[in-house]
Amino acid sequence: MKIHEYQAKEILRMYNVPVPRGREAFTVDEAVSIAEELGTDVVVVKAQIHAGGRGKGGGVKLARSIDEVRHLSEQILGMNLVTHQTGPEGRIVKKLLIEEGMDIARELYLGVVLDRSASQLVIMASTEGGVEIEKVAAETPEKILKEWINPAIGLQPYQARKLAFGLGLEGGQVGNAVKFMLALYRAFIETDSSLAEINPLIVTGDGQVIALDAKMNFDDNADYRHKNFKELRDLDEEDPLEVEASKYHLNYIKLDGNVGCMVNGAGLAMSTMDIIKLAGGEPANFLDVGGGANVETVRDGFKIILSDPNVKAILINIFGGIVRCDRVAKGVIEAANTVKINLPVVVRLEGTNAEEANELLRNSKMDFIVATTLEDAAEKVVKTLS
Amino acid sequence: MSILIDENTKVLVQGITGSEGSFHTAQIIEYGTKVVAGVTPGKGGQKFQDQIPIYDTVADAVKETGATASTIFVPPPFAADAILESASAGIKVIVCITEGIPALDMLNVYQFVKDKGVHLIGPNCPGVISPEKSKMGIMPGFIHKKGNVGVISRSGTLTYEAVGQLTGRGIGQSTCIGIGGDPVIGTRFIDALTLFKDDPQTDVVVIIGEIGGTAEEEAATWIQENFSKPVVSFIAGQTAPPGRRMGHAGAIISGGKGTASEKMKVLSEAGIHVCKSPADIGKTVEMVLS
Repeated sequence: MKIHEYQAKEILRMYNVPVPRGREAFTVDEAVSIAEELGTDVVVVKAQIHAGGRGKGGGVKLARSIDEVRHLSEQILGMNLVTHQTGPEGRIVKKLLIEEGMDIARELYLGVVLDRSASQLVIMASTEGGVEIEKVAAETPEKILKEWINPAIGLQPYQARKLAFGLGLEGGQVGNAVKFMLALYRAFIETDSSLAEINPLIVTGDGQVIALDAKMNFDDNADYRHKNFKELRDLDEEDPLEVEASKYHLNYIKLDGNVGCMVNGAGLAMSTMDIIKLAGGEPANFLDVGGGANVETVRDGFKIILSDPNVKAILINIFGGIVRCDRVAKGVIEAANTVKINLPVVVRLEGTNAEEANELLRNSKMDFIVATTLEDAAEKVVKTLS
Repeated sequence: MSILIDENTKVLVQGITGSEGSFHTAQIIEYGTKVVAGVTPGKGGQKFQDQIPIYDTVADAVKETGATASTIFVPPPFAADAILESASAGIKVIVCITEGIPALDMLNVYQFVKDKGVHLIGPNCPGVISPEKSKMGIMPGFIHKKGNVGVISRSGTLTYEAVGQLTGRGIGQSTCIGIGGDPVIGTRFIDALTLFKDDPQTDVVVIIGEIGGTAEEEAATWIQENFSKPVVSFIAGQTAPPGRRMGHAGAIISGGKGTASEKMKVLSEAGIHVCKSPADIGKTVEMVLS
């Protein structure tokens, strides 16, 4: 799960990770009153969307007076913010973070992520703060310092010191950075994060080490340990169809094509998308209905796929292993009877009792196009488009 | 021969009395797997299907039955603990089917089982099958056939699709391993390849990867240096958008890394037969074998 910067900073604050003073605002008036409370000479107005590159897109501005806070808040709230991560369609800004301006002496990078190759967490630091870390990693990998963390003992102070000295910090800055890193690691572990990124991490003129920006993602598998995180989810940042699908416990991701697909299993679902493309079509979605594929899941799957106006044809690809195909076929027929479908539907069922299943589909008077192999299914569905 | 499990492997099932566990254990027994014990804390002394003894702890089950392998059908909050319990009790092959174990739990587990020299398969996987010998998992047994092709896959139903293509062409399998779709897994491509390398029954290996991580790239490098048997590969997710988790917790293109095209490129450069289409896996293996 992704959360906003202001939410990440609130969490970090609870773990004693230094962050600037500030709060979220949903209206211009709220923004102004927060700025007045802060009472600093410089106030930062930051658009809150789930995407990076906000500064470059014009979503982060400095205000030197209350009038300017009002003016910039009016400008940014409601704007369509386009960044390299939002895609060309952009994202409407509905929330702001109003924060005190900081005296920035240095901009650094700090991140904690799971290193899948090592099966360990890794804490990464770099002197190249404020820029895209992927770029630094690709162009100047030697500028990223890494310490791998033994899960049994956690991040140790000597590792944090090594990074702090490696970043060229001096005097009191070193101790501040070590404290920062240990607190960040604790926040990461206790919230079951999958990513914590502080970019930039700043050193102020008086040697404090502070998170100027903060990005945290949580591991969905650990939801059951963090019931309160549900409140942090922002449905405005998600595709409405995907939100709808999640209510049905369906794993759906909307894409730009016109061939809707319904598949059991994530790997087979991706492969089905791939073969549609290879056959000359464009997949409209990823949809994994899970191992079962019963009447309810197929019906809900149809509803979700049909809510996407771009869909011109549907491909159902189910590998019935433990679940028998004839039962899946009955489910498909029953579901198609309850949901009005005016589009061609290609069905490919493979596995136990596949032949009986195909007979059922053919005799159903429902105009299903029955396919045998994966290739056959993709070709048939693409053919319906022409 | 086969790897990891065969007709003599004594298997226990953790979570044997749960709905998933009991359903699949029945299928596993029907396939011919030597299931010697079940474990459900608090249900020790009972019997599964009136014949297989259930124990409160894995240690008891191992002591009484000599089980050396465990299949885990325990819900996510308790699954990491179940793996640790098996590893501590001396089990050597652990297959964890459970989907949804928190990644941080798995980091601890990974370190622990590695230190014990245990083969952990999964989690979030369909399991392992040595066709016509033994099955520890949820895959449909009947699509498999005994033979000389090893299969290693991050996926479930896509593996069945590939196996179906092989069996349909009369090509059998030595062992099929679903290594799982999570970011932290016990056995990776290289670990499984190392086992296939020494298995005289395996002549060709199929690797089914997907977007996310760099396990396929690491396997490609390893194969080039260490593995002389032919390898056929397919990577799912050529059309997957970046930044989106495609079902499996580990299937995500992040920071421009883990794309299907990059993986396919690296695998091809290592001399691996890469199929562009998932429909060509069986065909390609047949070509390589002839």
